[in-house]
Amino acid sequence: MKKDRKKRLFGVLLIIGSSCLGIGLILYALNSNLDYFLTPSELKQSDENVVLSANTRVKLGGMVKKDSFFIDENKVNFEVTDFEDSIKVIYEGLLPDLFKEGKGIVVLGKYIDGIFYADEVFAKHDENYMPPNLELN
Amino acid sequence: MIKKFFHQFASPKSYFAIANKFGKPVLAFFFLLYIGALVWGLFFTPPDVVQGDSYRIIYMHVPASFMAQILFVVMAITSAVFLIWKLKLAAYVSKSIAPIGAIVTFFALFSGSIWGIPTWGTWWQWDARITSTLILFIMYLGLISLHASFENKDKADKFFSVLVLIGVVNIPVIKKSVDWWSTLHQSASITLTSKPSIDPVMLYPLMFSIVAFIGLIFGLVILSSQNEILKREKYKSWVKNI
Repeated sequence: MKKDRKKRLFGVLLIIGSSCLGIGLILYALNSNLDYFLTPSELKQSDENVVLSANTRVKLGGMVKKDSFFIDENKVNFEVTDFEDSIKVIYEGLLPDLFKEGKGIVVLGKYIDGIFYADEVFAKHDENYMPPNLELN
Repeated sequence: MIKKFFHQFASPKSYFAIANKFGKPVLAFFFLLYIGALVWGLFFTPPDVVQGDSYRIIYMHVPASFMAQILFVVMAITSAVFLIWKLKLAAYVSKSIAPIGAIVTFFALFSGSIWGIPTWGTWWQWDARITSTLILFIMYLGLISLHASFENKDKADKFFSVLVLIGVVNIPVIKKSVDWWSTLHQSASITLTSKPSIDPVMLYPLMFSIVAFIGLIFGLVILSSQNEILKREKYKSWVKNI
């Protein structure tokens, strides 16, 4: 390889390398701030460290605990679990079609005194796809 | 001999001649193939057990999202080739990829939003996957306007290429975003390391649609690069003779 080409190749690698380093440091610094939601244990822990004010909106994600779902006075009640800890959620409104016990969920709302008052509920589906008749087998 | 081949192919003139011959047939062939893949996916596959029929947008969303990232990687390669070997053709190809990349990325975001409404219950959330793809879209737009803002196009090629190399770091971030952070977006169904988590009856049409879409988009890139060559070399004698 000619000398000036080598020099330019080095320049190209330097650009990519420094960009990687820069972005890497930014992402490292932001780290968990880039998480879309907290799991129940994370939320409980952060609430222990710094008590969340009643106006702080947080996102809680996990699985809808089996046999925890019921409707009481037009309010939806269920528990979100990460299989270590779970948090009771109260919500008034329409649930997304894919809402189901044992399936992924993300709720947005306020965490006050151990109860999560959600004002938005999103269903989180997984990466598995299969036709309905196969599930029976 | 290989060197001679590259020298010949790398001249805009001979590339143009080859592209002129194969560009349109390639585009037409893969366009029909992609239509076939969509018909297969939309009408001849069973619904999903969880999502029902709404999962079928996967046959558009996944090829578009895949190509949105691949086009940027291709652009980074051609940009590096241009910067190292000073190959003009590489710069022309790089530049002609940007608008196509922007459209494909927009389509990926748009189809994702449509998919999100019935399944997640929302069309937009600032999770890591969606946000990094939006950054990709903005980067394509930035590259287009950067190139357009220069009077001196040779200078534009240089700055464009450097910016592409800086931006390409975003691609692994998009790819790994669903593993590094908690996201609303699900993780990958098809990976190199493990068995696909999508059933074969849906996997085959999906693979088919991805391959057809790759061909379709590269057909467009060929045509668009021809356009760019004509624009940039319009004062050369071989262009005047066309």
